[in-house]
Amino acid sequence: MDPVTLELPHTLQRPGHAVAQEPMTRPAGPIVTGTSVVAFKYRDGIIMAADCLASYGSLARFRSENRLFKVNETTLLGAAGDMGDFQYMKHKLEDVMTHEYDMDDGQRLGTKSVYKCLSNIMYGRRTAINPLWNAYVVGGVDGGERVLGYVDLYGTTYTADAVATGFGKQIAIPMLRRRVEGRADEISEEEAVAILDDCMRVLFYRDCRALNKLRRAKVTAQGVEISEPYSLETNWTYAESIVGYGA
Amino acid sequence: MALPAEASTGFKFDNVKRNQLLGDKGYKLPTATKTGTTIVGLIFKDGVVLGADTRATAGTIVADKNCEKIHYLAPNMYCCGAGTAADTEFTTSMISSQLALHSLNTGREARVVTAMTMLKQYLFRYQGHIGAALVLGGYDVTGPHLFTIYPHGSTDKLPFVTMGSGSLAAMSVFESRWREGLSREEGIELVKDAIEAGVFNDLGSGSNVDVCVLTKGNVEYLRGYSRPNERVFKEQSYKFAPGTTEFIDPAAAQGEDATAMDVSA
Amino acid sequence: MRTATAVAAPIEAHGHNHWSPYVDNGGTTLAIAGEDYVLVASDTRQSDGYAINSRYEPKAFVLSNNAVLGTSGCVADAKRLCEVLEQRAQLYQHKHDRQISTPALARLLSNTMYNRRMLPYYVFPVLAGLDSEGRGAAYAYDAIGSMERVTNSCFGSAETLIQPFLDNQVARNNQRGADPERLLTRQEALKIAIDAFTSATERDIYTGDYLEIFIIDAAGVHKETRELKHD
Repeated sequence: MDPVTLELPHTLQRPGHAVAQEPMTRPAGPIVTGTSVVAFKYRDGIIMAADCLASYGSLARFRSENRLFKVNETTLLGAAGDMGDFQYMKHKLEDVMTHEYDMDDGQRLGTKSVYKCLSNIMYGRRTAINPLWNAYVVGGVDGGERVLGYVDLYGTTYTADAVATGFGKQIAIPMLRRRVEGRADEISEEEAVAILDDCMRVLFYRDCRALNKLRRAKVTAQGVEISEPYSLETNWTYAESIVGYGA
Repeated sequence: MALPAEASTGFKFDNVKRNQLLGDKGYKLPTATKTGTTIVGLIFKDGVVLGADTRATAGTIVADKNCEKIHYLAPNMYCCGAGTAADTEFTTSMISSQLALHSLNTGREARVVTAMTMLKQYLFRYQGHIGAALVLGGYDVTGPHLFTIYPHGSTDKLPFVTMGSGSLAAMSVFESRWREGLSREEGIELVKDAIEAGVFNDLGSGSNVDVCVLTKGNVEYLRGYSRPNERVFKEQSYKFAPGTTEFIDPAAAQGEDATAMDVSA
Repeated sequence: MRTATAVAAPIEAHGHNHWSPYVDNGGTTLAIAGEDYVLVASDTRQSDGYAINSRYEPKAFVLSNNAVLGTSGCVADAKRLCEVLEQRAQLYQHKHDRQISTPALARLLSNTMYNRRMLPYYVFPVLAGLDSEGRGAAYAYDAIGSMERVTNSCFGSAETLIQPFLDNQVARNNQRGADPERLLTRQEALKIAIDAFTSATERDIYTGDYLEIFIIDAAGVHKETRELKHD
């Protein structure tokens, strides 16, 4: 990965290192990365999934990574992109939550507030031309209302019935728009799990950076629940009938 | 010693450097119409179904709202094109005429593998400079066949395929719902849903769904099989009163009245 | 300010391998001002490349003084700009114990944008409200705060399709017998806004899904939503 060389003007350089200092460098992109996060609204709240792979370029480097994070009792965060930046963000959000707890005023940050906080951090970093190389999905139940939002390294934000990052945006979203959009209130947990598993299965078939070992999480009025890793059944039977690429 | 003779056929690349120089100096080459597209094909119990959307784009503007992307190759073969519109049209029509001559020479119906081989050899020769990404389907003496052909000349032989900017949206439909031994109706329905996934989720694809069903000794071309994007009526008419546009009458301009109008026409 | 300039410039000088902080999320916004009303219309599609992020993510925002800010360009910047403007409008209210007037807010928006001259908000806003005489007022801006009061304006991905239509139908330029000074009635403006968007949806891939129309008059802000094509 080529580093971007950032030469600070002399007025901003640390005292004592005025002349013969190496220019400050920072990586030009993500290093250890996670792929898609997929989430949507259903009758009881929000359901979300992410696989357990953290890639190092094309190497499947870490195969037991958890990319779903419980921010507080009502808020779930899913991360794609650089895993180092994600760990930094988790740390930062834990700080915010600890600070809130220390206030001891009986108030808790709702999902909307966490989403806003996260968005502000992401926008602040992109405006400083030092982005956190992630796309996040925030899901939760805030005062009885389901909240599902997206924020990325540009600070772009949007909310929708179905949200996904990266490859999931191209593969899972068309499936979810068909099966979820406009009928989120009708979808039982059982159906939600089936829809989500279908999306993750197709992503595993088609995304070279995906792994068939994933976690599922839900946020309901009862709180956040993140599953242990599990695998999906896959079907490769038709592959046996494929011979060659032409004549 | 004799110099090697200059190649008399094929593309000439003499102008590549000149064009690069012009580009560096800020001269923009004209942009080609791209069919930012969803095209698909699948094999069902009795044959092949091909599908395509009908949007052609020039950059971010829709150039044609109802273009035909399923091209005729031979009586038993059709070919969907994605990529540069002109390249897909000329490539398929050129191969189509060669196939016609081929079957006249041999006295047999051309095979789908023949068309596939001709297309890939042609595209490979031009090293990807001909921007045609194709889905080829047909039914010949050896049964149903389905191929994809990439602009560089590589091919795939698969039971379900998608191409174009909407290929992932369409593939999500096939990967979750395709199975061996689909009926004709199920095949058409699946192709329609795959194209509609592209139409509604990919900005490069839009408008209508064309379908082509190829079975033994029969082709059914279903132009506008699904039309989920009819234009709404306008709120009002924009008819101008005759004479709204001012112009200079050359004869009258000789005199003093420069804004004289001729509304007789 | 100083930091932004100092940090942004050297990176840009690197040419290739430099990360751009800007994205264009598409979409279109227009405004038409009348005698006693002003109208803002925008589609609600938010996109990123060839993908639709959300079919309903409004890009026109009602501010606390009943002015409406219509945006286009980079949504991250647009939303932040709107928040900053809203905060400044509230501060004004607290300081002066009255609502900020639309012309004052228009100037404030210009200043707010010029403040980020060295790392501009990639936003092309139109601000619409009523002036002190109760007349419809629309202000159009570029990304760094140049502003102009206008009777009609269109920004965004379908700007090149719609603006000539507005020049012809709202300003009635170069038409014999037409009075370019006459402002449109509310009904006329509404029809033209709707036709502008249904037509732009046909030909601009980034415009579509839903249309939100805000009409601001002495009674307040009235919102109408219509469906546009989803392809």
